[in-house]
Amino acid sequence: MQVELRQRSEASRLMVWLSPLLALLLTFIFGTLLFAALGYDPLRALYAYFIKPLTEAWSLEEIVVKATPLALIGVGLALVFRANVWNIGAEGQYTVGAICGSVLPVMLPDLQGPLILPAMLACGVLGGMAWAAIPAFFRIRFGASEILTSLMLVYVAQLLLDWLVRGPWRDPDGYNFPESRLFAADAVIPALAGRMHFGTIFALIAVAALAILLGRTLKGFEFRVIGAAPRAGTFAGFSERRSILAVLAVSGGLAGLAGIAEVAGTIGQLHPSISPGYGFTAIIAAFLGRLNPLGVLCASLLLALTYIGGESAQVSLGVSDKITRVFQGAILIFVLACDVFIRYRLHIHPRRQPACPIHEPAQAKEVP
Amino acid sequence: MPGRNVLLEARGIVKRFGGLAANDHIDLTVRAGEIHALLGENGAGKSTLVKILYGSLQPDAGTVAWAGKQVAIGNPSEARALGIGMVFQHFSLFEGLTVAENIALALPPNAGRRGLAADVRSVSEAYGLPLDPAARVSGLPVGVRQRIEIVRCLLQRPRLIVMDEPTSVLTPQEAERLFETLRRLAGEGCAVLYISHRLEEIRQLCHAATVLRHGRVVGQPDPKTATAAQLARMMVGVDVEGEGGRRARRSRRGGTAAPVRLAVRGLSQSRGTAFGVALDDVSLEVRGGEILGVAGVAGNGQDELFAALSGEVPALDHAAVEIDGRACGRMGPAARRRLGAAFIPEERLGHAAVPEMRLSDNAVLTRHGTDPELVTGGLLRLSRARSLARRIVQRFDVRAPSGDPEARALSGGNLQKFVVGRELDRKPGVLAVSQPSWGVDIGAATEIRRGLAALADGGAAVLAISQDLDEILEISDRIAVISRGRLSPAVPASETTREAIGLLMGGAGD
Repeated sequence: MQVELRQRSEASRLMVWLSPLLALLLTFIFGTLLFAALGYDPLRALYAYFIKPLTEAWSLEEIVVKATPLALIGVGLALVFRANVWNIGAEGQYTVGAICGSVLPVMLPDLQGPLILPAMLACGVLGGMAWAAIPAFFRIRFGASEILTSLMLVYVAQLLLDWLVRGPWRDPDGYNFPESRLFAADAVIPALAGRMHFGTIFALIAVAALAILLGRTLKGFEFRVIGAAPRAGTFAGFSERRSILAVLAVSGGLAGLAGIAEVAGTIGQLHPSISPGYGFTAIIAAFLGRLNPLGVLCASLLLALTYIGGESAQVSLGVSDKITRVFQGAILIFVLACDVFIRYRLHIHPRRQPACPIHEPAQAKEVP
Repeated sequence: MPGRNVLLEARGIVKRFGGLAANDHIDLTVRAGEIHALLGENGAGKSTLVKILYGSLQPDAGTVAWAGKQVAIGNPSEARALGIGMVFQHFSLFEGLTVAENIALALPPNAGRRGLAADVRSVSEAYGLPLDPAARVSGLPVGVRQRIEIVRCLLQRPRLIVMDEPTSVLTPQEAERLFETLRRLAGEGCAVLYISHRLEEIRQLCHAATVLRHGRVVGQPDPKTATAAQLARMMVGVDVEGEGGRRARRSRRGGTAAPVRLAVRGLSQSRGTAFGVALDDVSLEVRGGEILGVAGVAGNGQDELFAALSGEVPALDHAAVEIDGRACGRMGPAARRRLGAAFIPEERLGHAAVPEMRLSDNAVLTRHGTDPELVTGGLLRLSRARSLARRIVQRFDVRAPSGDPEARALSGGNLQKFVVGRELDRKPGVLAVSQPSWGVDIGAATEIRRGLAALADGGAAVLAISQDLDEILEISDRIAVISRGRLSPAVPASETTREAIGLLMGGAGD
C-alpha cells in the first residue's frame, strides 16, 4: 500500500472548517487513550472534562468569563497572523495592559467618578499597544524577528508585574501578600450577570469590528495582501512597514484591553497570577478559529471549556489540572496537522504500480 | 538519423492530474547522438513528460525502455544512475559558494572532492565551456551559471541530457556557443532532449522533433526541412501571426510630434540587495503611440528599472521620473497609477498577483486607487470586484477553471492574460511591462503583444522590458539595451539589427 499526498489546485473551502472538527475528534481519541493509560475510566473522565461543565449554570457562566479574554486577544492575533506577523507575546501585552490600566486605581485610590473606568480601559489599551510597538519597531528598523522579541517581552512584563505587586504597589493592608489594593467601586467593570461583566460586550464588539475590517474593508484587504504576498502588496501601493506597525498595535491594544478588563472586571486587584496563560491559549484559539474573527469566538468558548473541564476533572477524579495544558496542546497539534488536507488530498494506492525493483536500473545499464 | 541505436523509447505514457490528462498516451523515441526537440505550448505536457523521464513523477500508464531494456525510473538519482542528466531552466546554484563547491554538492556523496577541480577544468575545456572552479557564483553572469549546470551534468557522464529552455536567458552569442557544445556532445553519441519555444533555434540545431499539444503527440516533423510557421502551426493548431503584424504596425508609426508621456532623466539608484544591480544615469523618453523596447540579458538592472518606474522603489530625485509631464519620482505605485500609469511586472505569482487570492481580489489589487466604484468609504464592493474580474476574463479570453478561482489555479499563460488584461482594461496612458510573454505559449503571447500594440495605437506610451529578442524586435518602435545598469540610447527598430543589439546586450556598449 502506498499513501500519497497530492496537491489540490485550489485550497479546499470545506477542509478549512472540517479540519478543526477532525482535530477535535482526534483530541477525543487521544484523550481516551491518555486517561486509560493513566488508569482512569476514559468515559467518565471525558464526561467530567467536556460534558459536565456544560450541564451547570455556574460553569457555563465561568466559560463565558474565561472566553472573554481569549476572544479579545484571539481576534487581535487572527489579524496579525493574517498579515503574516507572528506576535507570540500577547501574554506580555495583556500583562502590561493590566499594569497600565491599574495605575489609576492603585496609585490614586481616592479618585472617583464615572470617568475613571474609561480612563483605565484607555490606559490598558495604550499599554498593550506600546508593548507590541517594541517588537514592531525592531522588526521594521532592524529586521529582528518579532517571534523572538515579542516572546521575550512576555517575561519582562511578567517580572515587572511581579516586582510591582511585591514592591511599590503592594497593598499596605494586605498582610504582605503580593497583591495590590482592591480597586474602588468606581474602578470595577459592572457585572452583566453573576460573574460575567461588561468585558464580554467588548469582546463581542471586537469580534464584529475585526470581522468587518478583515473581510470588507480596503484596510483589511491590505493586511491580507501584505501577509500573503508582501511583494504584491508593495506593488499594489501598500506599505509593509505601516501594516506591521498597525496590526501589532491593534493586537497589542486588544490584548491590553483583555488584561485590564480581566483585572478590573473579574479579579478586582493586581496579583502575580492574573492569567492562566490566556495570551498563549489565544494563539490556539486563533488557529482553531481559522484566523476568522467569528471562528475565533467559537474557538475561545471551546478553549474556555478546557480550562473549566480541567478543574472539573481535578475535582471529580483527582486528575492533575495540568491536563488542561495537555489538551490545549493536543488540539493545536492536531489542527495544524489536519490543515495539511486544505491544500493536499490523500491518495491511497492498494499497491505500488508497475513496480520494478529499485536495483533494476543498475542492471539495465549493462545492456549496450 | 534513423540508423542510430534507439537510446530511449517511451510508449503510451499517461499521467493524469485530477480530471486533466497532462500526458495522454505519449510516444517518444530518442536515438543516440541525436538532438531531439520537444516542442509545445505551455501546458502541452512537456514538463510532465520530462519529469517522468527524470524520475520525479511516476506515470499512470505506459513504459519506458532504456537502451532496449524496460526500466522503472523511481527517482532522479535512479535516472542519473541510468545516464540521464538534466539541466533545469531555473538554476539551482548556491550564490555564496564557488563553482567547484556547487558541483561537488551535486555529485554522489562518496564521489570525493579530490581531483574535482581538475575534472571540472578538463571537462569544461573539452566541451568549450570555460569555467574557473574557484570563482564565486554570485559574481558570475547567467551564461556562465548555465555552464556550471551543464558541466555538473557532464561530469556524471550522461548518455542523454535533457535541457529545459536553455537559451531563454542567454545572449545570441552565448546561445551560439551553447549550440557548439551541444553539437559536439551529439557528435560523441550523447543524445540531447531539447525543450524550447524558439523555433528558429530548433531548426538550426535539432535533428528530430516531437510536437505536443494538449498532452498528445501531434507530429514528428523534420526540423531541418519544416518552416518555423509550420512548426508553430503544429504547436498551437492555428496560424500564428508574426512578422506580418509587425510590418503593418511599423508603417503606421513614426513622427516625433506626439507628446512625451513617460520620461526618465538621469536616474541613478544604488543596488537594493547584495545581488542587485545599481542603475547608472538612466534616461529615456517614450512618446504617446509608441512602444519602446528595452532589451538585455537577465540581471542587468531590468528589475531595478521596473521598480523605479512603478514606484515600488521611489527615486531620490522627484524629477527623475515624469508621467505625462508631472514629476513623480518620489511617489509610490498607487499615486503613479492615479496619474494614469499602469505596470505589469515579470513575476506573475507573488508580485503581479497574490496566489492564494481569488481573481476578484486580484483585480482590486492594482485598481483600488483608480476605480472609485471598487472601494466606497473604505469598504470593498465585492460584487463589483467580481464583475470586473468576469469582464477581464471574458475580454481577454482567460481560461479559468471556475467562476472566481484562486490565481494559483490558473496556468501561467492564462494568469498572464488576466494580469495584462487587468491593466489594459483600464486604458492607461502609460504602461511599463516587464517580460510580457515570459513562459507563455505562442497563442497567448500573440494576444498579449497584440493588446500592447493596440494600447499604443490608442495613443498610450508603452515601455516593454524583455529578454526575448524576438519579442523586442516584433513589438518595438524603438529599442534600447540595458547592460550592467546602464541604458543605451534608443534607436528606431528599423535601423538596427539583431547582431547590433546582441553585441550591446553582451556589454559592447559599456
